[in-house]
Amino acid sequence: MSDSAVEIRNLTRRFGSFTAVDGISLDVASGEIFGFLGANGAGKTTAIRMLCGLLVPTSGLGRVAGYDIMKESERIKRSIGYMSQKFSLYPDLTGRENMQFYGSAYQMSSTDINRRIGELIEQLDLGDFVDRLTGSIPVGWRQRVALANAILHEPSIIFLDEPTGSVDPVYRRSFWSLLYALAEAGRTIFVTTHYMDEAEFCERISIMDAGRIIALGRPADLKRDHEATTLEDLFVDLVDGKGPRA
Amino acid sequence: MAFLEIDNLHYRYDETTALDNLSLSVDRGSICALVGPDGAGKTTLIRLLCRLIAPQTGTVSIDGEDLFDVATPLTDRLGYMPQSFSLYTDLSVEENLRFYAGVFGLTGSAYIEKRDYLYTFSRLGPFAKRRAGALSGGMKQKLALSCALLHDPELLILDEPTTGVDPVSRRQFWAILDDLRRAGVTIFVSTPYMDEASRADRITCLFSGQRLATGTADEVAATFIGSILRIDGVADADRLARLDALAGVTAQRFGAGVHLYLPSDMSADEVMPRVVELGIPRSAITERTPSVEDRFIQLMSGAGESEADNV
Repeated sequence: MSDSAVEIRNLTRRFGSFTAVDGISLDVASGEIFGFLGANGAGKTTAIRMLCGLLVPTSGLGRVAGYDIMKESERIKRSIGYMSQKFSLYPDLTGRENMQFYGSAYQMSSTDINRRIGELIEQLDLGDFVDRLTGSIPVGWRQRVALANAILHEPSIIFLDEPTGSVDPVYRRSFWSLLYALAEAGRTIFVTTHYMDEAEFCERISIMDAGRIIALGRPADLKRDHEATTLEDLFVDLVDGKGPRA
Repeated sequence: MAFLEIDNLHYRYDETTALDNLSLSVDRGSICALVGPDGAGKTTLIRLLCRLIAPQTGTVSIDGEDLFDVATPLTDRLGYMPQSFSLYTDLSVEENLRFYAGVFGLTGSAYIEKRDYLYTFSRLGPFAKRRAGALSGGMKQKLALSCALLHDPELLILDEPTTGVDPVSRRQFWAILDDLRRAGVTIFVSTPYMDEASRADRITCLFSGQRLATGTADEVAATFIGSILRIDGVADADRLARLDALAGVTAQRFGAGVHLYLPSDMSADEVMPRVVELGIPRSAITERTPSVEDRFIQLMSGAGESEADNV
């Protein structure tokens, strides 16, 4: 396996005459925690869909989890985990039932599914919450169950789309300590967030605007290089004032 | 007397105490941010302020008038923006505004004038014909805010208004709140994000129905007990464990570095040599000013335990 979990060059996606992603290049190392930032409409979702093997790029090349982004999307899909705060769980199923469902969708054997559920209950400290309807448990626990669901099949890269919206800082820190543990075990964490205090938890971040990556580096280095006090100042300075935005 | 006075408010759902003798005052023309974990009582407090429920004991007054006296007119003084998007997604921006204006009895040229005023600060004018369901997250929130402002409320209550909104739109949203504050509107906003709470004039931390702290962001941060050192450079699990094992110190990974939490009776000078001994260059260690979030986490973590000074 290569040292890069994500390795893309000049990745471009056009929809008709509209260029949603405009020649982005990026390397994310295995075990790295990478923050993928950008304003609404900057092209983040399109880029992530390409990285997850859900959308074929118009041009460019790259590998995700060692697989060719143009030709091996099925293998990519099996090697990645995806968690979104919005719709990763069936609220009328328990956490355990959600995992059993996803496990079978990934064609895991029931022995493997149950072994992994046991491991994850312990690793993510799910306790009794795993056997309650996911729609009825507190948001912070629901996010843990959603994370368990996303890593059930032991993906090497985990994509998290705004994973901690609406939870308080204590929950958020404990969620991030789980992510750090996963990264230390060699998993790559690729996360989007609109909250700059959360972006500070990442080792490196990129900022996307109008389909391009306009900043890339460690949060502390970016702030220093751009003489910004906070990441939010940096973000707003770089992104704002570039065309109509309501 | 402050514009909004909450005095000894107590609210119980059967067995659960949601608000436990809560007192709080908010000055006219100021922004008060409400932070607290799930179940702290934030939603109950907001429902009380909107007069959707009545407390078992305690009082709330708005501009000196008893909120829970049914004779007190409330609707025309209060604007409320709920957490979930609650406008009509199949109606256009303009149709939503006109509908809500009708609810508040605002019609004809008075409506047109108000609409145009709201368009100038929301910048939604060019999108007037767009269906609300097709707006971006930031635009939806600005439309919802506009609908809550049609009747010129004196008190504006916002429940997690910018969840899922990008930083540029969030800053625009807060610029609008600043304008409203200057115009004398009193704003009460709940948020799970400390950077957002820090923009308010005062932050109130709620926990188990009680107020744990109130003050400006700087005041709340300054009550942090102990100090924090930041070590730059990603620590492997082994180094993190060795840092955490230093007597009296708690180590937590934080992005591309580690935060060391020192108790109040331990100085940075005392800890520094012990950190350098672990092979970490002195230049990688800096003192970090505790943030509101650091204090919040300390309050929350200590609230249920006897050792309140541990992080």
